[in-house]
Amino acid sequence: MSKTWFTQEHEWIAVDGDLVTVGITEHAQEQLGDLVYVELPEVGRKLVKGEEAAVVESVKAASDVYAPVSGEVVAVNGELAGDPSLVNRAAQGEGWLMKLKLSDRSELDGLMDADAYAAMIA
Amino acid sequence: MKHLPLHELHRELGARFGAFAGYDMPLFYAAGVLKEHLHTRAQAGLFDISHMLHVDVTGADAARLVGRLCPYPAGGQEAGTGRYTFFLNEAAGIIDDLIVTRLGAEHYRIVCNAGCADKDLAHLRAHAAGFAVAVTPLSRAFLALQGPQAEAVLARAGLAVGDLAFMRARLTDRGWFVSRSGYTGEDGFEIALPLDDAEDFARSLLGDDGVMMVGLGARDSLRLEAGLPLYGQDLADDITPMEAGLAWAIPPACRRDGAFVGAAALQARFEEGPARKRVGLKPAGTAPVRAHAALLDAAGQKIGEVTSGGYGPSVGAPIAMGLIASGATAPIFTDLRGRRVEMAIVPLPFVPHRYKR
Repeated sequence: MSKTWFTQEHEWIAVDGDLVTVGITEHAQEQLGDLVYVELPEVGRKLVKGEEAAVVESVKAASDVYAPVSGEVVAVNGELAGDPSLVNRAAQGEGWLMKLKLSDRSELDGLMDADAYAAMIA
Repeated sequence: MKHLPLHELHRELGARFGAFAGYDMPLFYAAGVLKEHLHTRAQAGLFDISHMLHVDVTGADAARLVGRLCPYPAGGQEAGTGRYTFFLNEAAGIIDDLIVTRLGAEHYRIVCNAGCADKDLAHLRAHAAGFAVAVTPLSRAFLALQGPQAEAVLARAGLAVGDLAFMRARLTDRGWFVSRSGYTGEDGFEIALPLDDAEDFARSLLGDDGVMMVGLGARDSLRLEAGLPLYGQDLADDITPMEAGLAWAIPPACRRDGAFVGAAALQARFEEGPARKRVGLKPAGTAPVRAHAALLDAAGQKIGEVTSGGYGPSVGAPIAMGLIASGATAPIFTDLRGRRVEMAIVPLPFVPHRYKR
């Protein structure tokens, strides 16, 4: 059973043991509007928390997605290359961006739960 | 931040807002940029462009003042016609690009970009001294209805405009300014009307099945596909009309010998030829390349810059415009997050214009 956390940068992180799935929140996709391009990191890349990990682009603008935790990229969502709008349709589900193997579990401390995130964007 | 006169209507329609030229502008509505863009090309899109400034120049010397500030023979302009033109500075750089419509013997209506409104008014007033004219900024709502169904929609709304050809305009008996023009490459109309009339008119148009409200996001992608420059990105006060690929808007006689502000520099720049020029660009692959990206030759030397770039929903691919050195030859590249991406030079527009001439 995984547990989902949220960041102030509007990413979600579903934790299942050492494996985390990362995406942007429903709120973030609403703000961005229609996505037309998603650039994802290479599998095997070791990300450090806070570094640029992906780019999501709307018709008008490009937005960086920062690594919410440190870890090695073990998978990226291949569906998004042909269908970036999947993020708009299912930001917190099938529109996930990448899976990381956590390198430091303590980085999960201080992330927001769903209620805290909902309060932040209210 | 300023609000549009119909701000509450935009809120009601679920707009997402963003800052542009000092206004809190609707960027897109519930349908989203892609649907708004494609709907405009297929049917009709309604745009609130009330951020743009309308200025009346009236009086016995109106033609003389317009002819002094714009590089075309304003005195010979037929009443009821609009003209794409510029205010130029003394170096022949573009202060603003404009539509000037002659509404009568002593009456011109100038539509200015919102971001240039203050400097345009100052420019007009500075040069109006000594001319028998009044320079009057107007308080109006300004709506654009763009797309192949625009004429039919307006007819259903009680506004007969079928007799107007592209770049023709008139004032109706209610004082509405109606022009067959726009910024999408599609057939369409721009209508400036008193604030008291604006909401009812907008709602009546939105009640038509063919009409979708469209925000600034799709306005930008539509104009980019149409190859139309945006002041502040593709045009600036250090870019000449020749560099911008807009020499067509200046009659040949005016390029050689004019009495307007900037004429001497324009003639010199015209004779020596532009050192750089605005071009259409198609990035290889699917990633958009944005404004300010450097354009590089095969040796990696900078030869220009992207001035507008994004995704073209009707093209189905990333598109861009840029300024490049006149002698530059293909292949041309840009650096995108550390990757070298080829930028093909392509003719403008990306999507053919469908004006009703």
